[in-house]
Amino acid sequence: MPKLSSRPPCVIELPPEPRAVSDNRRPRWVHRLAQEAGLFLAATMLGIAVILYCVVFLIAQRHLPGGFELTSTVNSTLPLVLAAVAQTLVVLTRGIDLSVGGVIDLTNGLAAITLDGSAWGHAGQPGTGSIGTMILGSLLVLAVGGVCGLINGLLVTLGRLQPILVTLATLSIFQGIAIRVLPQPGGAVPQGYTNLLANPNWPTSVLWLVALAVMWWMFRRTRFGVGVYAIGNDAAGAAAIGVPVASVRILAYVLGGVCSGAAGLFLAATATAGDATAGNTYTLTSIVAAVLGGVSLFGGRGSGIGAIFGAFVSSMIVNILFFAHIDPLYQSFYEGVFLIAAVVLVGGIGHLLRRRY
Amino acid sequence: MAELDGVQAEPAIEGRGLSRSYGGVHALNDASMSAVAGEVHALVGENGAGKSTLIKILGGRTRADTGTVSVGGREVKFAGPDAAHRLGVWTVFQELTLLPWMSVAENLMIGREPRSRLGLIDRRGMERRAEDTLAALGAEHIDPLALVEDIPLSQRQTVEIVRAISYEPDILFLDEPTSSLVEREVVWLFGQIRRLRDRGTALVFTSHRWNEIRDIADRITVFRSGRNVGTFKELPEDDAVTLMTGRRLEALYPQRPPPPPAVPALALKSYNARGVRDVSLELRKGEILGLGGLAGHGHRELFFSLFGAEKMIAGTVEVGGKAVRIRNPREAMRHGIALVPEDRKTEGLLLAMSVRDNATLAVLRRLARFSILRHVRERQLAQGLIDRLRVRTPGLSNPVGALSGGNQQKVLLGRWLLAEPNIFLLYDVTRGVDVATKHEIYELIMRLAKEGRAIMLYSSDAEELAHLSHRVLVMREGRIAAELSGAELDAEIIVSAAVRDRIAT
Repeated sequence: MPKLSSRPPCVIELPPEPRAVSDNRRPRWVHRLAQEAGLFLAATMLGIAVILYCVVFLIAQRHLPGGFELTSTVNSTLPLVLAAVAQTLVVLTRGIDLSVGGVIDLTNGLAAITLDGSAWGHAGQPGTGSIGTMILGSLLVLAVGGVCGLINGLLVTLGRLQPILVTLATLSIFQGIAIRVLPQPGGAVPQGYTNLLANPNWPTSVLWLVALAVMWWMFRRTRFGVGVYAIGNDAAGAAAIGVPVASVRILAYVLGGVCSGAAGLFLAATATAGDATAGNTYTLTSIVAAVLGGVSLFGGRGSGIGAIFGAFVSSMIVNILFFAHIDPLYQSFYEGVFLIAAVVLVGGIGHLLRRRY
Repeated sequence: MAELDGVQAEPAIEGRGLSRSYGGVHALNDASMSAVAGEVHALVGENGAGKSTLIKILGGRTRADTGTVSVGGREVKFAGPDAAHRLGVWTVFQELTLLPWMSVAENLMIGREPRSRLGLIDRRGMERRAEDTLAALGAEHIDPLALVEDIPLSQRQTVEIVRAISYEPDILFLDEPTSSLVEREVVWLFGQIRRLRDRGTALVFTSHRWNEIRDIADRITVFRSGRNVGTFKELPEDDAVTLMTGRRLEALYPQRPPPPPAVPALALKSYNARGVRDVSLELRKGEILGLGGLAGHGHRELFFSLFGAEKMIAGTVEVGGKAVRIRNPREAMRHGIALVPEDRKTEGLLLAMSVRDNATLAVLRRLARFSILRHVRERQLAQGLIDRLRVRTPGLSNPVGALSGGNQQKVLLGRWLLAEPNIFLLYDVTRGVDVATKHEIYELIMRLAKEGRAIMLYSSDAEELAHLSHRVLVMREGRIAAELSGAELDAEIIVSAAVRDRIAT
C-alpha cells in the first residue's frame, strides 16, 4: 500500500482555538433548563394558578383552602392527569391520540360492571365486590386499555397510517363499544375501591400522584423511554443508531392505552358509578393539559411530569373561574383565552431562555 | 493512472452487482466496490453518481434491489443499521442523524447507557462517560451536557463522527465527513482516520475536496452514473475529473470579466448586526466581491441580515445610491437583493414540492393574472430554466428533495435567476457540490457579473474566492480585517490574512 504523500496539504497549520470553549461551559442547571424549559414554565404557571386560586378562594370563602380542598382537587383531577400522561406518551413519538376519550369511555363503563363482579354474576348485591373482583376488574380494565393502545399502535406503525386518522377512527369505535358495554349510566363501584383510589377524606390520591411521577422518572431512565424521545426527535436518526423504532412506537401507544385505562378506573372511583360517555371530553382536555405542560406537539420534547402540572393548571383555571363567580356559560370561553395566553407566554419565555447570544 | 491489479487481501467488506433505483431513476446500476482492512479508500464522483446510495446499502440503512454484500468474506443481509453495527460496520451519514432535542451525551451513549443497580439509566454516569469518550478522541471542547440543537453545525458533525469511531469499528463509512467541518477539525478527523487505519480498520470516505483525497487516501474509486469506473492507487485530479464527468474539463475556474467601473450597487457604512461589527464596504455593479475568513467570523450574519432574515443593529445600507431599510426578505427582494444560502435543505428549498414550484416560487406574483397562476407560463419558465442550468431531474413535477445536492443547488440558484435581482448574495453555494456542477455555477456567476449584476460571495474554499473575485475582503471577528486585490488574490494569502493576528501575537 502506498504511503501517504509527504507533500504539505493546502491547509495552513492553525494556532489553537482562540476562544477556550471548555472554560465557558455552562453549568448543568442551565442545560437542564434549556432541555426542560417547558417543564419549568409549567411548574411556574401552576404556582401562579395556585396563588390566584387561593386569593379568589379567600375572597369567596373568607378562609384559605385546606386539606379538604387539596384532596378533592387531586381526586377530581387525577383522571385528567392520567389522560394527559397517556397523551404525552403518544405525542412524544410525534403522534397524537384522539382516542383517549374513547378508551376512557370504554374502560370507565367496564370498571362499573367488573369491579363489583356483576359482569360475571359474582356479587350478591351490586357495589359490594370482594378484593378478588376488584383486583381482577382493575387488571381487566387496564388490559383493555392496553389492547386499545395496541390497536392504535399497530395501525400507525404497520399500517403506516397517520396517527390523527387512526385515532380519530378508533375514537368512534371505542365509543361505540363503550355504549354496548354500559348502555345506561349506572353500575356501581365498591366503596372500598373508591376509598383506595380517590378517598374523599384521606389523600390517597396524592400518593397515587406521587407514584405516577416516580414511574415517569423511572420510565425516562429506561432504554424504552430514551427510544420514545429519540423517535420524536428524528425517527430516521433513531433508526440509524439502532433504536427499534417500530416496537418502541407500538409500545408507547400500548402504555398510553394503559394510562387511559387507569384514567377510566379513577373516573369510575371518583363518580362511584360508570358512564360510557363520561370520557369524551378527555380527548381534547388531555391535549390541552399536555401542551400547557410544555409537551411539544412536534414530538420529542416535554415530559409526563410537565403534563401532570399542565393537568392541574387546567383544573385550577376551572376552579378559579368558579370561585370568581364567572357565569358557567362563559367558562369555556375563558378557558380558551387562558390556554392561548399560556401557550403564547410559554413559547415567548422559552424562546428568550434559549437565546444563545 | 495506475489501475490496481488484483486484490492483495481479502476484502473486509464488498458489494457486488448492487443496483438500486428510486422512482425509476437508477441511483446505482450494477455497482461493485470493496475495501480491505487497514486502508483509507476514497469514493469520488459527481453528486448523484451513487456514492451515498452505495454507502447506505453497505451500511445497512437501505437495501439494494439486486446484488450482494459480504463482510469478511461471508455474504450478509442487513435488516437495518443495527445488524451492520453488530458486524462492526459503522457509518457517518451525510445528513446527520443526531437527535436535536437531546444532549450530546445522550446522543453519544444511546443504546449503551450505563445502568444503576436498579437497571435504570445512570444519567450522571452517562454524562461522565460521554465526557471521557470526547476527551479520549480529542474532542474535549464539546460540552456533553449541551443540547445538540444548541451547538454549531461543525460540532454536530464532530459528535456524529465521535459516536461512530467510539465503537472502534472494523469498517467505517464516512459520507462527506468534512463538509461542515472547519479546517482545525479536518486536521483532527484525519488524525483519527490514520489512527483507525493503523489499527486495521477499513475506512471508506467521500469528499469533493481533492486536496483531502490526495492527502489521505490509499486507494481511490471513481463512480459515475451509478457505476464503478475504476479503482486507483494514484490518480491526478485532472484524470479524476475526466473519469467522474466523462468529459475533459478545461480550467475549473472560468476567466473573470475585467473589473467594472466604480458604479455602486450596494454600500454599507458602519454596518452592525449580531456578530458583525462596523463593516463598511462598497459593492459595484458587475463586480464579484469575495468575502473570506474562517467560519463563524460574521459572514453568515452579514449575509443573512442584509437579506433581512436577521436583524441589523446599526449603520446604513444604500442600494443603488439610496439609503434603504431592509426588515425582512420581502423588502430585500423588492430592492433587488437575492440570497442563496448554503444549506439548501433547510434554508431554501421546499423539499416535498416539485421542481417547478420551487423554481418559480420567487416570481409567482409575476406569473399570476388576477391572482390566478398561469400554469402554462409557469411550466415554460421552469422548463427553460432547467434546460439552461442543465438540472438533472426526471421531470418538472418530481419533488426537489429527490434530486442530488448539486441539482438542488441549481434549482435554488435558478429561482433567483428568474426573479432577476441586481444584487446576489451567494453564501457558500458550492459546498458539497461536485466539480462539474461547480464549474457550471462558476460560469453562471461570471455571466451574471458580465450582465452588470453585483455579486457578493462567501466561500469556505479560499481557492474559489481567489479565482472568482475581483476583490476579497477578509473578515475576522465580525470586522473587515483586510482587503485583497490584484496579485494578493491567492488562497494562501487569504487564509493567512484570516488568522494573521493570531500568528503575530
